[in-house]
Amino acid sequence: MKQFEYVRPATVAEAVAAAAQPGAAYLAAGTNLLDLMKCNVSRPDRLVDVTHLDGLDRTERLADGSLRIGALVSNADLAHDAEFAKTFPAVAEALLSGASAQLRNAATVGGNLLQRTRCAYFYDTASRCNKREAASGCDARDGVNRSHAVLGWSESCIATHPSDFCVPLVALDAVVEIEGKNGRREVALEALHRLPGDTPEHESVLEPGDLIVALRLPAAARGLAAHARYLKVRERTSYAFAIVSAAAALRIENDKIAEARLALGGVAAKPWRARAAEDVLKGLAPTADAFQEAASRALTDAMPSGDNAYKIELARRIVVRALSLAAAGTPARIPALPASPFASISGAIHA
Amino acid sequence: MTHSISLTVNGARRDVVLDDPRVTLLDLLRERLHLTGTKKGCDRGQCGACTILVDGKRINSCLALAISHDGADILTIEGIARGDQLHPVQAAFIAHDGFQCGFCTPGQIMSAIGMMQEAQAGNDPERIRECMSGNLCRCGAYAGIVDAVLEAQAGADESNQRRSA
Repeated sequence: MKQFEYVRPATVAEAVAAAAQPGAAYLAAGTNLLDLMKCNVSRPDRLVDVTHLDGLDRTERLADGSLRIGALVSNADLAHDAEFAKTFPAVAEALLSGASAQLRNAATVGGNLLQRTRCAYFYDTASRCNKREAASGCDARDGVNRSHAVLGWSESCIATHPSDFCVPLVALDAVVEIEGKNGRREVALEALHRLPGDTPEHESVLEPGDLIVALRLPAAARGLAAHARYLKVRERTSYAFAIVSAAAALRIENDKIAEARLALGGVAAKPWRARAAEDVLKGLAPTADAFQEAASRALTDAMPSGDNAYKIELARRIVVRALSLAAAGTPARIPALPASPFASISGAIHA
Repeated sequence: MTHSISLTVNGARRDVVLDDPRVTLLDLLRERLHLTGTKKGCDRGQCGACTILVDGKRINSCLALAISHDGADILTIEGIARGDQLHPVQAAFIAHDGFQCGFCTPGQIMSAIGMMQEAQAGNDPERIRECMSGNLCRCGAYAGIVDAVLEAQAGADESNQRRSA
């Protein structure tokens, strides 16, 4: 690991000033960053430790009905908050399907949004990677790429965003609150991550010094709690990243779909909102045929980026299954194996 | 530039001067405090051998910078027995052959203690497997580990009932 300067700011303003310097990076729990630093993939000159900043570890309901989640709330604390799990069940299930209990205890809400791809070529400094080193080439393109992107990829980069948490969040119109050199601003989560294009090294719209201070779930997201699921296919049933995942949420009125939300994970460089699929479901009865049509729309633009054409059909099926499970109703308890298509519904204790 | 931090480790205050900010909690425990019960397996947060409790919560100590944890209360495998009396989870691992080579065992035991405090698994073996998935055992002693955790959980439930009765 490269030597770095350690800075512990006392306020958000100090943090932003310290991190705006070239070569600086924010440190929260470090569950991803330290790993990347040990591999020499991330080589910051300065770490700005935000874990001691006041006021970023709270969750509060705002007057307009939205829920504001501080960036330093841990993944575990959020998922195990019974009120949160009841109100945003697909988000809680996604959180509990990610990483391990140890990592969820440490990892933060803000850090989860900004975690880096797990593309093996990105991690291996002996390989060419346009994301790690601009314009150096992409060894994933002709490499072992069965888990890589099928949507939104480019010749420069076929990496995926690995977060589970982000998938239901983007479906529920989550908003990211950012403190930067020019003050506070907000960005829709859907607009936070960038598709690779010719510049895969630019992964988000954040500028140097920008600090995610909170995440907000709008009041409207509460209306989808009765029919919401997150489903994730992975190579082992626990402690593995998604090959494909889907978050589905429905508002059903008079046996018709009044509103549908759908997003996919593991398929692109960002959590992938499938609006065309949502639109086609509106006003329809929640039937298998309708869900098949939605799945087909969601994957219309999908293209294999290598040895991964199977992911397109897998994604269609996961969409149908997630929508079917959502239509059947959110289970009273989060399944024993969260988000697993193989789970029995015996239930975690908390939700 | 040096940094001074103060930790509580297994109940005792430890003041440490760090001459390098890169030191992880794992390396601090093993190399500076000579508490080598906490194991370094992958050093990348994938195997769980380095699991400790920090402020009551289980984490991977290999992915935690010591300097960022100034003031933390740390519990390691060395701090759970009372003299010669094993912690109930330790005793259960012995009773159920919850290990073979033993390398992952400190992490498994600390993870099990953290899991029981989280109260998310109860006595459901499927939940225990899920909640312990962050601890790998290359010998494959998983069946014994699950049995050990089930027994320790049952013992904890019983003593909780006694307390509330």
